[in-house]
Amino acid sequence: MGEPTVKKFMYVNRRAPYGTVYSVEGLETALIGAAFEQDVCMAFIDDGVYQLKKDQDTSATGIKNFSPAYRALGDYDVSRLYVERESLEARGLTEGDLMPLTWEDEDDDWAEKPSIRIVDSKQLSDLVAEQDVILNF
Amino acid sequence: MKFALMVSEGPYTHQCSDTAWHFAKAALEGGHEIFRIFFYHDGVNNGTRFTAPPQDDRHIVNRWSELAAEHGVDLVVCVAAAQRRGILDADEAKRHGKDGDNLAPGFRISGLGQLIEAGIEADRLVQFGD
Repeated sequence: MGEPTVKKFMYVNRRAPYGTVYSVEGLETALIGAAFEQDVCMAFIDDGVYQLKKDQDTSATGIKNFSPAYRALGDYDVSRLYVERESLEARGLTEGDLMPLTWEDEDDDWAEKPSIRIVDSKQLSDLVAEQDVILNF
Repeated sequence: MKFALMVSEGPYTHQCSDTAWHFAKAALEGGHEIFRIFFYHDGVNNGTRFTAPPQDDRHIVNRWSELAAEHGVDLVVCVAAAQRRGILDADEAKRHGKDGDNLAPGFRISGLGQLIEAGIEADRLVQFGD
């Protein structure tokens, strides 16, 4: 019996939350994938940064607002959500416009810590290069 | 090398089903292994045997079924994505009270865990889509 395989998984989200199905089905994948005890992170670039916008209201569209489900990521130990700074800036957004997503660090007396990390495109590029598996939504 | 493939777009609308099939065929002919092909988003429409293209066009669904029959490739359709889009095997059709099922031969319906497992088990997971 060898050690179980642990790979670096990155879920890349680059589309707006509504208008197409990719974002919600991508989030479903990340939530299911969290059960596999891999080294998981998510990246939000281009219009994907809108997925994390706080105060989403879809009531006039007849489409379910699935943004509360991002809060579950922390409960499943998906604690690194990388948001590209250039994508935010190009859309007139700042970190304060995003949902305050958190996770609890069991190695630090369950301290609540922010999951969202703003990175520039060079840092994100380095992170992408480290991954074993990239799923693109 | 052991490959896994993910097909993210629907047949005929988008080239990705064709490109993925050509990739899979070339990989197998080159002596590589295809661990699994996972169909997600509109890609689940690759798995309906009710597809009836004109006779002078390629039959994308039958092509997948033949690949499974000839090479034992594991063709997996995501259950949640499939149910949304009306792709059902006999068990699912019965469970939802539908009057027919349409999953093509060689395909099976299962969960997203099959995609994650493919990422873990394969040397390379190659995604076909936009």
